[in-house]
Amino acid sequence: MVQQIVFIILALVIALCSVLAVTSKRVIRAATYLLFVLLATSGLFLMLNYHFLFAVQVMVYAGGIMVLFIMAIFLTHQPGKRVATKSSWKVTSSALLAVAGLVLCGVIIVRNLSCAFRVVTEHEISMHTIGQALLGTEKYQFLLPFEAISLLLLACIIGAIMIARKDRGVKEIEKVENEETENSETWEKSL
Amino acid sequence: MGEIIVNTAGAIPLTAYLIVGLIMFFAGIYGFFARKNLIMILISVELVLNAVDINFAAFNRYLFPDQMEGMFYALFVIAIAACETAVAIAIIINVYRKFGNTEVDNIQQMKE
Repeated sequence: MVQQIVFIILALVIALCSVLAVTSKRVIRAATYLLFVLLATSGLFLMLNYHFLFAVQVMVYAGGIMVLFIMAIFLTHQPGKRVATKSSWKVTSSALLAVAGLVLCGVIIVRNLSCAFRVVTEHEISMHTIGQALLGTEKYQFLLPFEAISLLLLACIIGAIMIARKDRGVKEIEKVENEETENSETWEKSL
Repeated sequence: MGEIIVNTAGAIPLTAYLIVGLIMFFAGIYGFFARKNLIMILISVELVLNAVDINFAAFNRYLFPDQMEGMFYALFVIAIAACETAVAIAIIINVYRKFGNTEVDNIQQMKE
């Protein structure tokens, strides 16, 4: 009973805040609603007994990605200013598309899923098991994707630095270099 | 490994988790089509990825409780989403530097 009440609260928070996040006029509010959605999702993971997934969701999504979003919003927008919306027929048609897809998939899910399922009676998966599966090379173990992800993260760091770096022209770089050599010369003279 | 039961009062059905994920997914789809701010589009993509995470975890727990592939896929999706967000935000900041705003309609060409 308690489980059901908690689930209903989390589901309502997710449904409301995800709709508000995409319809809000101010970007910073949309980011805040997204934060609520992510935290409620981590609550769902906790209800499914995936404690590790819960921790990762809170740390990476609600911690890391939200900080990135908020920094980006403050760098590119004036806070409190409304953002422009698309023309109304585009908004209407995309709303119609989304509602149509929602109804279609909802009917498919409700009518085709049987109500027989296993109740979660197990305790949580232990960290020992997760670590073994994440760093093993046998069947159902995930060392290769783990390493691929680490390579992807490295490439992503380098790419993000390359893209966001302030693009100084050739002249400017030469000027800076000249200044540096002059500075070092004057410094040597003063010695 | 849990017993099979039919429609008991005390448990949450798998359908409930799928419906929650469905609402989130189509909210993301709507935002992706209807908004023209780049950061709003990125927020919509995050919603879609998060909905997929819920589905992976719920299917794993309800249909195959003695395995954990769904959980690991959700983990990898989270990691890739973090990468994608970092690169996308770098691009957005660069676009803002060149064009002065982040509306998709005003960006006619990325190359100068």
